[in-house]
Amino acid sequence: MSLLVFAGAAQFAAIGHVAGGLPWPGVILLTALLNARHLLYSAALAPWLKETPRPRKAVMAHLLTDEAFALAISHFRRIGRSDERGYWLGAIGSTFIPWNVATLAGVTLGAQIPDPARLGLDVVFPAAMIGLAVGLITGRREVVAVLAGAVLGVAISLLVGPSVGIIVGGLGGPLLAMLIPARPGEASTALGTSASAERYSMPATHPGHHGPPVPDGLHRDDGAGDVP
Amino acid sequence: MSVELVGLALLMGLVTYPSRALPLLATGVERLPRIALDYLRLVGPAVLAALAAVNVMVVTPEGGSPAIHVGIEWAAVALCAALTAWRRNLLVGLIGGVALVAVARALGLAEIPV
Repeated sequence: MSLLVFAGAAQFAAIGHVAGGLPWPGVILLTALLNARHLLYSAALAPWLKETPRPRKAVMAHLLTDEAFALAISHFRRIGRSDERGYWLGAIGSTFIPWNVATLAGVTLGAQIPDPARLGLDVVFPAAMIGLAVGLITGRREVVAVLAGAVLGVAISLLVGPSVGIIVGGLGGPLLAMLIPARPGEASTALGTSASAERYSMPATHPGHHGPPVPDGLHRDDGAGDVP
Repeated sequence: MSVELVGLALLMGLVTYPSRALPLLATGVERLPRIALDYLRLVGPAVLAALAAVNVMVVTPEGGSPAIHVGIEWAAVALCAALTAWRRNLLVGLIGGVALVAVARALGLAEIPV
């Protein structure tokens, strides 16, 4: 399941549903709903990867998880351009291999593995997500998107369920953020330029990127941030 | 996991893949209007924040309805965000958040969410 589905939340949920006796069609439907948030990830990454050949994108898609998306979008924005090798490294090295190795370890070692929550490791995932979100903040619109996404996500999760809440937060947060005017006088940052790399970089990570020329359609001048 | 469940895993993979692949493989991304690209740019921060918030604030008991969860995890995530913003370093934020939870639980000041 870890190889074929490669989606932690859906896998955990499915195991619970199967153990509870839910028929397969119900499990499959819930899986589709739970994983629908990947549409957002894929749509957000698509402009960055538009130069990547489709067969490779088809494989990249299978590796697109919460973590892979978070690492990729942060990395692309930090360096100011797409980086296919970085995507593979993040998706395979930090997620696919560890997830499947850990699955194997869980199957074989089972109860001998101590509860990671005792060490506080259960907060690594939400902490990493919020930390990466903070890293993506470059202006007022991102701040509103983060706050609105979180509030909407929690509110709808309580009313309907977490899988729907996350999608509504991811869709509604940006909508509310778009109501905020772009910061006046903000400098233009075309992707693939040292200016964009500098703007999105963290100190000591990418002090001076000199990327390839900017392809058509990857330039913005209204100062609202980068456009992949 | 029984061999029988491999079929279920395959079907789960089949319904998951389109949501991951369709926008990536769709044509015409470069022709999207600027407002759509602006919107997509904001999806990342919003969905990551939603994931984090829902993960620490909402619990769904076995067979029950989603409920609000208040715990040390809120403080850990807030600390991580603050440290990351301050030091511009995610690792520092993660270490701070995990350490806070580990210490609080070791001292009996916080419980592990069910």
